[in-house]
Amino acid sequence: MSMLLEIDGLNIAFPTRRGTVHAAKSVSLTVKAGEVLGLVGESGAGKSTIGNAIINLLEAPGRITAGSIRFMGEELRDLDVDQMRSVRGKRIGMIFQDPQTSLNPLMTIGAQLVETIEKATTLRGRDADDHAVALLEQVGITEAVARLRAYPHQFSGGMRQRVVIALALAGDPDLIIADEPTTALDVSIQAQILDLIKSLCSERNLGVIIVTHDIGVIANIADRVAVMYRGEIVETGDVAQVLGAPQHVYTQSLIAAVPRADIKLDRFTSVDYIEGTTASFRRVDIQNHWLGKSQQRYHTGSAIEVDQLNLSFVLQKAVFKRNRRMLQAVNNVNFSVQQGETFGLVGESGSGKSTVARLIAGLYKPDSGHINIFGKDINQDRKASNSHAARQALQMIFQDPYSSLNSRMRVLDIVAEPIRFYRLTEGEQETRTIVTDLLEHVGLGAAAALKYPHEFSGGQRQRISIARALASRPRILICDEPTSALDVSVQATILNLLKDLQQELGLTMLFISHDLPVIRQMCDRVAIMRHGEICEVAKVDTFFDTPQHDYSKHLLDLMPSMNLLSDPIG
Amino acid sequence: MDHVDDKPMTRWQRFKDNDIVWSFLSSPGAMIAAAVASVMILACIFAPVIAPFDPFDPAQISLWDGKLPPAWVDGGQSKYLLGTDNQGRDMISTILYGGRLSILVGLAAVCLGMVLGVFLGVIAGYLGGVTDAVIMRLADVQLTIPGILLAILINGIGRAALPYELRDEFAIYVVILAIGLTDWPQFARVARGATLVETNKEYVQAARILGLPSWLIMLRHIVPNTLRPILVIATIGLALAIIAEATLSFLGQGIPPTTPSLGTLIRVGNEYLFSGLWWITLFPAVALIVLVFSVNLLGDWLRDALNPKLR
Amino acid sequence: MLSFIAKRLAQSVLVMAIVSAVSFSLFNFVGDPVNNMVGQDATREQRLEIRDKLGLDDPIITQYGRFVGNMLQADFGLSYRIKRPVDDLIAERLPATLELVFVSAIISLFFGIVLGIYTGIKRNSWISRVILSTSLAGVSLPTFVIGIGLIYLFAVHLRWLPSSGRSGVVELGWWKTSLITLEGWRSIILPAITLSLFQLTLILRLVRAEMMEVMRTDFIKFARARGLSERAINFRHALRNTLVPVITIIGLNIGGLVAFSVVTETVFQWPGTGLMFIQAVNFVDVPIMAAYLVFVALLFVVINLIVDILYFVVDPRIRLGG
Repeated sequence: MSMLLEIDGLNIAFPTRRGTVHAAKSVSLTVKAGEVLGLVGESGAGKSTIGNAIINLLEAPGRITAGSIRFMGEELRDLDVDQMRSVRGKRIGMIFQDPQTSLNPLMTIGAQLVETIEKATTLRGRDADDHAVALLEQVGITEAVARLRAYPHQFSGGMRQRVVIALALAGDPDLIIADEPTTALDVSIQAQILDLIKSLCSERNLGVIIVTHDIGVIANIADRVAVMYRGEIVETGDVAQVLGAPQHVYTQSLIAAVPRADIKLDRFTSVDYIEGTTASFRRVDIQNHWLGKSQQRYHTGSAIEVDQLNLSFVLQKAVFKRNRRMLQAVNNVNFSVQQGETFGLVGESGSGKSTVARLIAGLYKPDSGHINIFGKDINQDRKASNSHAARQALQMIFQDPYSSLNSRMRVLDIVAEPIRFYRLTEGEQETRTIVTDLLEHVGLGAAAALKYPHEFSGGQRQRISIARALASRPRILICDEPTSALDVSVQATILNLLKDLQQELGLTMLFISHDLPVIRQMCDRVAIMRHGEICEVAKVDTFFDTPQHDYSKHLLDLMPSMNLLSDPIG
Repeated sequence: MDHVDDKPMTRWQRFKDNDIVWSFLSSPGAMIAAAVASVMILACIFAPVIAPFDPFDPAQISLWDGKLPPAWVDGGQSKYLLGTDNQGRDMISTILYGGRLSILVGLAAVCLGMVLGVFLGVIAGYLGGVTDAVIMRLADVQLTIPGILLAILINGIGRAALPYELRDEFAIYVVILAIGLTDWPQFARVARGATLVETNKEYVQAARILGLPSWLIMLRHIVPNTLRPILVIATIGLALAIIAEATLSFLGQGIPPTTPSLGTLIRVGNEYLFSGLWWITLFPAVALIVLVFSVNLLGDWLRDALNPKLR
Repeated sequence: MLSFIAKRLAQSVLVMAIVSAVSFSLFNFVGDPVNNMVGQDATREQRLEIRDKLGLDDPIITQYGRFVGNMLQADFGLSYRIKRPVDDLIAERLPATLELVFVSAIISLFFGIVLGIYTGIKRNSWISRVILSTSLAGVSLPTFVIGIGLIYLFAVHLRWLPSSGRSGVVELGWWKTSLITLEGWRSIILPAITLSLFQLTLILRLVRAEMMEVMRTDFIKFARARGLSERAINFRHALRNTLVPVITIIGLNIGGLVAFSVVTETVFQWPGTGLMFIQAVNFVDVPIMAAYLVFVALLFVVINLIVDILYFVVDPRIRLGG
């Protein structure tokens, strides 16, 4: 069978004021009809650029500087503007990541569908409407006729993405490029959309290129996979072969960095290839080090105890109480965390896990219930709980590395803020020493102190956040999705750092995530949350091997299986 | 390599590498505008030093020398290069002093509006609830009436409230107050918007967990991050303030003719325009236009430079 | 929908209440109302008589209540200077201002929106660059400077158009219009251009900024990826999304026009409410100032209300919630 798409030696360059960035270097790919090619790589690898380049929608000032793109034998680079436009939609379709922004909010989806249909086919009027209905039904939207008159904001995220897929299929293309189609969606919806793409691919004999950073997605629906690193394809081949027995060092490192869900390892394999991360953890003499000198508290009970916790938010304000819509974010939640253990809170978005974390951190006040930190109710005596001693004991690390640091402050001041505020040192000189020490400890180096946050990558920023959290010598660390926004390889190093710190300092950790494999690797015990309630609390191994609650089983089923991965190391 | 070991940039390197400065140095329009604006502004500020005469000093004015045309026209004198006005004041000096007044009033008014607006806007955005509702309602109510009308009104009331003898002396302060008070809602709105964005960011939550008191969080963390959009509004505001002062003066409500600003000069000149004394109107008008134009150009460039999406 | 209108109405009432309070304070605290009415040489008995007639010794609340009552009947008393009822004066001069604002609004909205869209779509053509530079100049020219310049050029130098005043007036019932005669148009065209220029450039730049913002969105990118023509993208997708925020601009535009009509009327001696207002401020003729304030506030409150309702109607996200 001849190739649907053949890319050969593609070079894409972006001239910037700091020099030319080569987004793609000598990239070669092929796609056959009826097969799904996965294009996987971490952020900055250049994979989205390839997709944009195929249909000639590169963002200015990007340009293709060399190479050929042959689609069904025809060289796409030779086409002029009008010819290319007729290829788009009719022969090659594209799906973007965020369904919310992909649709025009002011037009009904029916109007948007019909417009595309009329452009790509000869159907008009009634026929176009019927075709639109048919498309919606094919992508799994029920009551299609009524839905035609609806506006995008009236759909949920998953439904919107189905509409986007319908729009991409409207012209009956032969090749679909899907750029991170499920990244913005919930885990359970992700599976549905991926299934949809897979079935459409085989039904219509389409070629599909799926661009993603998530190896789980690749394992799920791709037939072949190409691995990209810094603009180059480092490995191509059948999915089973590449994931099962990777040849290139980068691929091996990448796969090794993916948290495993089948067994808890001591540490994540350090991904040496990627940016030469060799920063090994320097253990300190905890007895004499500043970090170890926190106030000695002899509390024999649990570190955190949550009792009958309730919190609801006002969704819609109204003058009359009965018209107000409330959302019960946290509903009668009970659990306790022992000193020195890592306790996981798992759930999908909207489950209330982050809200619970913020309640414990004191950012919200509960409607009812108690939260005891080292035996003291933090909401009982506001004066006492607001005292510096109480606040110092608990610190938090957040999800988004780009908004968790004040971009106007130097790293030195960011990390020193807790020290200065709590007056933990004798003077400025000592503060500086401690800060540079902390920065070294988290693997950043003393020179980082005088820089600003925007000079660092996502992973490095999280390290700064960790340094800041440690600066007050906490005994409890709440980690709210600390690596969800990071690349897999960086995630491994950050999680290793957290593990090491916990062991060294004897920290109690509350670890919040939606990523089950990460939970398995990090936590001792875990609680599953859904719609504000706790469904199950169990030891981690028990949970993964023999889940009790139906929802737990549902979540575990949704976990992309990595059966194709190599055997455990050691 | 996570381990960061290259040296941090020196102050000067960091300055040049800054996107704003780079954008400035590569935009000829911005540089010309800045040059013109600087020349004008410096000339006006140093008016007492540069100007050949002091037009505000009655002793230096001679009515006999009044209404003289520019030096290159028949009847002009080389002593008064651009001619004199109806009172005998040298045009160049009067324009320099007048420009000085216009700039001073504009700057002061914008600063007043900015300080007041940022203060109220940040408080409203951070504290939310009733505070937010009250402050924003106030801003909305005030925004219902267009600025210039409000300025005229405040100015008129201010002047009427002053005893007759003091009206001219305090006119400049009343004008600054009038324009500044009409400006604050714009600043408050922008500051509040920026505050809402920042408050949702996680570093503010980190500060709250730390236990920092609200006022400290607002001052140290929030306000510096609102400065970017505020600066953009401020440059537009400066141009508008200068125009507002000129308009007020033109309407007879602003700076009095004894110490005229550019607007007052144009007003005076307007009365003599049809008798053929065109220079009393033209030169101050040109000066005013050039001043406002360069401020606008700078503001335009600043807006583009500060806009992260356009980079 | 109902709650939305109710909220906006409540806010409007609040605005009018505050404005009326300010207006009332003007009356009572700026200058001495008695002095203003009878001048310096009145005898003590005459003053006391006036005070009694005006009810100036009643408690403030009563006076305020009386004031509001009068206000609702559009009765603001007599002008200090002209000695005629203020509402008569306003009614007489309102048509002139409204017509001027109307013509200026049409000019500024039409050219502003059209040119804004053009420069937003064809960003790099030389025509766009010229328009943009001129617009920058336009924003830098104070209204009165434009007015004086135009008068000098067209009236004094070229003698094509009258330099001031409103001519060609025809009476239609109680409304005196100048828009039906050629003479009327000749006299309104300069003031209208003067008034509209500033707003025109503002609208142009705002529309252009909106347009460029919309062209950068994901759904435009997706529309391109579906092979839609540039024309369809520009007019069906981009335009619609640009015009929604532009609706608020219309409200601000009219507001700005009414405000700057004060200046324009002064330059051209156009016999409208603006000129009357500025003369009143110069003389501290409080009744006119107070009345003007209230009328203008009412006008803007109504305009804002209409704009809000329009917004509601046009944007399905607000209309349908969800």
